[in-house]
Amino acid sequence: MTTVDPDFARDAEREARRARLFTRINKADAWFKVLGLAWITPLLKAAAGDNPKAQMKDVWRLLGVPLVAIAAFLVLWGTLAPQVQTSLGAVPGPAQVWSEAVNLHADAQAKAAKQAKFEAMVDKRNEKLIAAGKADQVKDVAYTGAPSYYQQIWTSIKTVFFGFLIASAVAIPLGICAGLSPTANAAINPLVQIFKPVSPLAWLPIVTMVVSAAYATNDGMFSKSFLISAITVTLCSLWPTLINTALGVASIDKDLVNVSKVLKMNTYTKITKLVLPSALPLIFTGLRLSLGVGWMVLIAAEMLAQNPGLGKFVWDEFQNGSSSSLAKIMVAVFTIGIIGFLLDRVMYALQSLFTFSNNR
Amino acid sequence: MKKLLIALATSTALISPALAQELEKDELTFGFIKLTDMAPLAVAYEQGYFLDEGLFVTLEAQANWKVLLDGVIGGQLDGAHMLAGQPLAATIGYGTEAHIITPFSMDLNGNGITVSNEVWEMMKPNIPENADGLPQHPISAEALVPVVEKFNSEGKPFNMGMVFPVSTHNYELRYWLAAGGLNPGYYSPENISGQISADVMLSVTPPPQMPATLEAGTISGYCVGEPWNQQAVFKGIGVPVVTDYELWKNNPEKVFGITAEFAEENPNTTKAVVKALIRAAMWLDENDNANRMEAVEMLSQPEYVGADAEVIANSMTGTFEYEKGDVRDVPDFNVFFRHNATYPFYSDAVWYLTQMRRWGQIAEAKSDSWYDEVAKSVYKPEIYLEAARALVDEGLANEADFPWDSDGYKAPTPAEDIIDGIAYDGKAPNAYLDSLPIGLKGDQKVIGNEVQG
Repeated sequence: MTTVDPDFARDAEREARRARLFTRINKADAWFKVLGLAWITPLLKAAAGDNPKAQMKDVWRLLGVPLVAIAAFLVLWGTLAPQVQTSLGAVPGPAQVWSEAVNLHADAQAKAAKQAKFEAMVDKRNEKLIAAGKADQVKDVAYTGAPSYYQQIWTSIKTVFFGFLIASAVAIPLGICAGLSPTANAAINPLVQIFKPVSPLAWLPIVTMVVSAAYATNDGMFSKSFLISAITVTLCSLWPTLINTALGVASIDKDLVNVSKVLKMNTYTKITKLVLPSALPLIFTGLRLSLGVGWMVLIAAEMLAQNPGLGKFVWDEFQNGSSSSLAKIMVAVFTIGIIGFLLDRVMYALQSLFTFSNNR
Repeated sequence: MKKLLIALATSTALISPALAQELEKDELTFGFIKLTDMAPLAVAYEQGYFLDEGLFVTLEAQANWKVLLDGVIGGQLDGAHMLAGQPLAATIGYGTEAHIITPFSMDLNGNGITVSNEVWEMMKPNIPENADGLPQHPISAEALVPVVEKFNSEGKPFNMGMVFPVSTHNYELRYWLAAGGLNPGYYSPENISGQISADVMLSVTPPPQMPATLEAGTISGYCVGEPWNQQAVFKGIGVPVVTDYELWKNNPEKVFGITAEFAEENPNTTKAVVKALIRAAMWLDENDNANRMEAVEMLSQPEYVGADAEVIANSMTGTFEYEKGDVRDVPDFNVFFRHNATYPFYSDAVWYLTQMRRWGQIAEAKSDSWYDEVAKSVYKPEIYLEAARALVDEGLANEADFPWDSDGYKAPTPAEDIIDGIAYDGKAPNAYLDSLPIGLKGDQKVIGNEVQG
């Protein structure tokens, strides 16, 4: 084929490059969506030369509208809050909450400095002990001061993941059993129905008593308070995963089941090659719900039991009743919300990695 | 904090291996409730006194007195800032049973009784005025009698809060009410509500929640430690009517409690802890309370009491604000060291036991020697004196500041130091019980809803 247009080859090449670019943008879009940054796609597209008007409309919908909504929320909060007088003064507005967040950050830095000094001192003590020929007495002493805000956040996150992992380890196999065998389902179902609606605040005293009795040592791998919080999370976040797994496994395509029979698959192969892949989307939905529930439960459990973490921070501030307490509690509320959101995103990203579904 | 860093930097005793060798346990966790009288613990930590003894102490705020007691009994806490009644009640098996001892008394005085604004307005006409037009103190609960009658005639119970069934605050509130002729109700083995034949219904609320509970209208008044009375004044929700200093001059308050087992297994550690606490108490009262403002700053940190510094300062610096603007001097509102405040006197233990008997928590009559025996099994002045001796030997304390030859009983409190004019002698508990107009005496018992015998 020949052509009179001398630029044809160059145009064709540019067209192909553009097409490749758009493919790449579209591929990236899936990840932007996972990360909650979907508004980047239209911007990139516009930059790559796509119809700017249409792209701007997308940018407005994906970025402009949420920003306007957040701004409206802040304005509404800022105007309404000072009008509510509590016995601790007016309800703090966005500005006070922000300045309290800055204070908490400064406080965390001060505490980190204090901790570094403490650790240096312990090291010095140990060196002296070694110099004195008493190396057997050397030990690491954990910092004894109050935890900073960031440390409390980290404690909560560790606890929720620990509880969530135990819950998943119990719920997924149980769910598969219930999904595969109607008899197992009949056995598990009533218990699930009864225990699912139980509030974490009801589990907590039981867990506290049992853990205190069963885990008598105070020098074990975990602290008691950590175990109590984590197990309470486990008990409450078990159910969504269990139910969704059972449902996912039970609703596996009959044709696939027949194929497995024809191929005379053993149970293990059947589960790994057939059941799990097809039940994964629902299992992940269950896991996402579980993690969300676990996070909410954890904060409540920490508040009630005074176990270290964000919940204790909130309760301590409520008890302090100082003029900055309300603003600090609000900082904690936003922290809890944002972390809850991020946890959900993490699970969503995992789901996108492992499953082939409409979400992708 | 600066002080701590200096203490960390200069601390020499800490790194002396000889001392470290003697301690059975050097990493300790102590519990406390958000109240200003936990100050000796915060001071011992921040001033580096614990470190000087080679102790690595973590201080943990607890949600309420029950959680704190369970923590000490269960071993999650090595020791705690406790209500004086807690070790006694636990040892005689009232509530949770466990042998808890106290080698160190944390302070004298420091509590107040607050009523809601509404009740205050109703009480005010019954209170005589000073020349300057301010209410005359101390205010007797007699001024409350017409208010309670009005509540009852409208069919409403008159509710007040205290912090724990065996708390100082329960007994002080009861003492004040009974001194004014109001019956705060009895306990019996079957009915532990403490409201049998009560004119005023007392119930439990954790200290930091008192102001919020009063504000919500669940209770019309409460007895609690600082800063939760001054907090009510600052919030404009209530008026403190009487302090415990006016009820009974220099009455014993909190103690430092540990299990008997802990003291037995860790004698050197126990002694080291007491040494650090005595130094903290001395620092708090040094040079006429010169360090109190610094202590207030420490306590206002969120990990300790956390209330605003100005609220804490109100009572910690020798004043007390009653109605808004009515600030009066109460130099001994909080005593941490002078008047032998830290020495665990048997007579203090006996007073708490008499109050348990008075209101039926101890259901049956006990002999005077029983009171003495229980006091001696819980209060351990010998450990205290050993620690004090070590401090004197190290040149950190004055020989003259400690009652070396005391038999453990304070001289009887004279009648004029107590609001109802009834003297207290710890050596004659039964005679004392007989002299109180309201309360069980002799062989009396609470059966069903009435006092018999």
